[in-house]
Amino acid sequence: MMGYENQGHEEAHLYATPEEMESLVLTDNDDSSHHQSQPNHHHPLSSSLPFAAQIPTDDDHLLASPSSLMHFQSQSQNPIPIPNHSSSFKFILEPPSYADAVFRSFDGDHINETNGHDSSSGDLSSSPPSTVEYLSISVSDPQKEQDLANSLVSGGNTYVTYLITTRTSLPDFNGSEFSVRRRFKDVVTLSDRLSESYRGFFIPIRPDKNVVESQVMQKQEFVEQRRVALEKYLRRLAAHPVIRRSDELRLFLEVDGRLPLVRNTDVASRMLDGAVKLPRQLFGESVGAVDVSEVVQPAKGGRDLLRLFKELKQSVTNDWGGAKPPVMEEDKEFLEKKEKLQDFEQQISNVSQQAESLVKAQQDIGETMGQLGLAFVKLTKFETEEAVYETQRVRAADMKSVATAAVKASRLYRELTAQTVKHLDKLHEYLGAMLAVNQAFSDRSSALLTVQTLLSELSSLHLRIEKLEAASSKIFGGDRSRIRKIDELKETIRATEDAKSCAIREYERIKENNKNELERLDKERHDDFFNMLKGFVVNQAGYAEKMASVWDMVAEETNGYAKDGS
Amino acid sequence: MQQRSFSGVSQSPRSPSKQPPYLAVSVTDPAKMGNGVQAYISYKVITKTNLPEYQGLEKIVIRRYSDFVWLRDRLFEKYKGIFIPPLPEKSTVEKFRFTAEFIEMRRQALDIFVNRIASHHELQQSEDLRIFLQADEQTMERARSQESGIFKKKPADLMQIFKDVQSRVSDVVLGKEKPVEELNPDFEKLKRYVFELEDHLAEAQKHAYRLVKRHRELGQSLSDFGRAVKLLGACEGEALGKAFAELGAKSEMLSVKLQKEAQHLLMNFEEPLKDYVRAVHSVKGTIAERAAAFRQHCELAETIKLKEIDLNKLRLTRSERTADAEHEYEELKADGEEARRRFETIVRLMNEEMVRFQEEKTLDMGLAFHEFAKGQSRLANGIADAWRSLLPKLEACSSS
Repeated sequence: MMGYENQGHEEAHLYATPEEMESLVLTDNDDSSHHQSQPNHHHPLSSSLPFAAQIPTDDDHLLASPSSLMHFQSQSQNPIPIPNHSSSFKFILEPPSYADAVFRSFDGDHINETNGHDSSSGDLSSSPPSTVEYLSISVSDPQKEQDLANSLVSGGNTYVTYLITTRTSLPDFNGSEFSVRRRFKDVVTLSDRLSESYRGFFIPIRPDKNVVESQVMQKQEFVEQRRVALEKYLRRLAAHPVIRRSDELRLFLEVDGRLPLVRNTDVASRMLDGAVKLPRQLFGESVGAVDVSEVVQPAKGGRDLLRLFKELKQSVTNDWGGAKPPVMEEDKEFLEKKEKLQDFEQQISNVSQQAESLVKAQQDIGETMGQLGLAFVKLTKFETEEAVYETQRVRAADMKSVATAAVKASRLYRELTAQTVKHLDKLHEYLGAMLAVNQAFSDRSSALLTVQTLLSELSSLHLRIEKLEAASSKIFGGDRSRIRKIDELKETIRATEDAKSCAIREYERIKENNKNELERLDKERHDDFFNMLKGFVVNQAGYAEKMASVWDMVAEETNGYAKDGS
Repeated sequence: MQQRSFSGVSQSPRSPSKQPPYLAVSVTDPAKMGNGVQAYISYKVITKTNLPEYQGLEKIVIRRYSDFVWLRDRLFEKYKGIFIPPLPEKSTVEKFRFTAEFIEMRRQALDIFVNRIASHHELQQSEDLRIFLQADEQTMERARSQESGIFKKKPADLMQIFKDVQSRVSDVVLGKEKPVEELNPDFEKLKRYVFELEDHLAEAQKHAYRLVKRHRELGQSLSDFGRAVKLLGACEGEALGKAFAELGAKSEMLSVKLQKEAQHLLMNFEEPLKDYVRAVHSVKGTIAERAAAFRQHCELAETIKLKEIDLNKLRLTRSERTADAEHEYEELKADGEEARRRFETIVRLMNEEMVRFQEEKTLDMGLAFHEFAKGQSRLANGIADAWRSLLPKLEACSSS
């Protein structure tokens, strides 16, 4: 062992700076991870592919490896092999090894995307997946623009726009490839419109606004972060089977220029032109055509103040009043599901946190291993230069093996960590998805509350009529004013009944949406998590194998020092 | 003293049997003695030998850390020029003094210490070693307390010598040569080598220690992660729940492996590196002794020259003090001769010691590297196996 095979190009770089040293020492690994086609026949000491010449005397295994590699390449759709035999040379005999699976899987990040629901959000630069209807979105090219309309002062209102490029085969769109420019405000509008139109659905949550926008805006980093967040958001929308077909999204992606999504709950204008009909109805004023579509929106601030008060009163009654509210959430199955999801949310948050710690710990160990390696590199250089005795040279050679291995291992840890992050990111995503779920559940509650409020309203209206009729009947010949009042009330009741029917329909619709979405979530979650687990495990196994082969080599080389019977 | 090697080749004519001479020592069975602040650890030192100087074939004595320190100090005094094997440090952190980990590390280091002495061809013949290995506790205690007087060099003195050596090295390097210093280029080179080596080794050892910690941290994270995953599995459906449970279990299992490996790394890789650093300190000590001996030799030589001049003056004047002066002069010359001889012995010994030292370190580090690589390989293989074994189960679960 003490003789030491020269790794020619590595030695030549031995006296480079530590940074160079690290990058140069690892050229073997680099080559292997990007050009997997050639088995490593050239370097007996290279440890990049586990089945490449670890034990040089075993020619059979060497011959086995090229074919197994090719066998593996043809199986790119199913990169996760199941080992069919074990031996002490597992990592040589098991073709393909997980080490290879790792490098294949994450080169283009498409293995995880073969699942139906994700196939639409592939990278624009890669060729579209073979699914028939795809909707592929990318966000790029942030540019600063001036808001000319409002800038009375020079350099007034600047904002950033992003280029939204879409490639699609969906028939809804005019064309298969097009771009528009949008600013963040447009995204907020899109998100709001979707919340209104798709109540009860698990709508992906949009990226946060940033309060200190104008100041932070200048920073390159913030803009880039936002770009990434927007892209993720739009891709999630595109992945939702219902929302991807929505008008709102289509208009957003397609229509250049001003975003044609009108707010139909414009607070100020509604207050101003008194176009609020329903509250007036509830007030008991003159009857007009009821815009029942207003009933199908939850009460919002401003325009629906009165309605808001009434619903609030109702919900207090529900909570504190002794009597049962007229209609209740009776769907036991739903309530069970809801509770389970709350539990799930908690656990996922916990796992997500621990996953972060795990990733950090992996990163740290890799870093320290690298530092150790570099320290030994320096020591090797020192001993070699200062060597007076042969034993020093021998020691320097041993040390160099260890240094090289440590630096390689450090590199592997770094890659492992990057991949692990990609997998465990699914956990964070589902945490985010829970927000959408909670929003959908709250859509349901508020729709129910509207129904309950209208029902209460109706019963109090009936009560008033009864009282009036009773009072009126006591007067001989009738009480003209009272009778008029009764007629008005009866009109109000009719209108309220219509509103009630509408509200009930809406509530049922939302319930149905909830149900379908829950099914979809369950299925997707099942698939996503399995893929995540598999990916994580394959990743860990693959990198562990590679590290084992790195260290096996050093252990072999230093075998001569081993104590007898160790 | 006759040179004795334990290769089994030479035999003393006085050895009772035809067996080759052997001296095997082990330090075992640490036990906590005493209470509170006074508490300390005692060790069993077992000597097996057929050497005639020793009483019988086997002897067991009880020793504590300060006994080992006594031995080291005595050897340092008596065998100038030889790199005395290093001792593990005195524990500065009270908290760790009685942890199992610390005690085991110290025991191991003490065992290595005594064995190195026992296998060194000069040191093994030391009287002090025999006392250490055989004397009863009272004798040992007496010997130990006598030490604190004359022979024990205070750490401060040693530091000063190191500083002197260091500043002289840099002076010479910078070209500001001072007269009372060896102008031996090989020796200069050696000094520079030793000082720089220490820096490099200290850095490597620091990272090795951190690596141990990182293993522990990763183990802890995996354990926490496993637990959290199991909880998540509990609120998931059949197949997925099972998959999470398996993942969690594997994570916890691997956490244990990591803790074990951390311990192995500490004992078999980080500790040898620390030992190497200590050994370099010992070399520095010898360098200091050499410098001191050289200075003494030079100073005496100066003094002798001056004395000679005085003496000649006296001879010319035929003073009655001449006889005394002659006598003093002769004495001084004897001293000077002694000092020169001492110095030259140190130089000779050091040269031999350097060869031995480099050999020893190559073997020590070779073994440490081997253990390091073996440990990492074992860990990585264990991790790969564990995750690999999970995959078929995952496949089964996902298709159901």
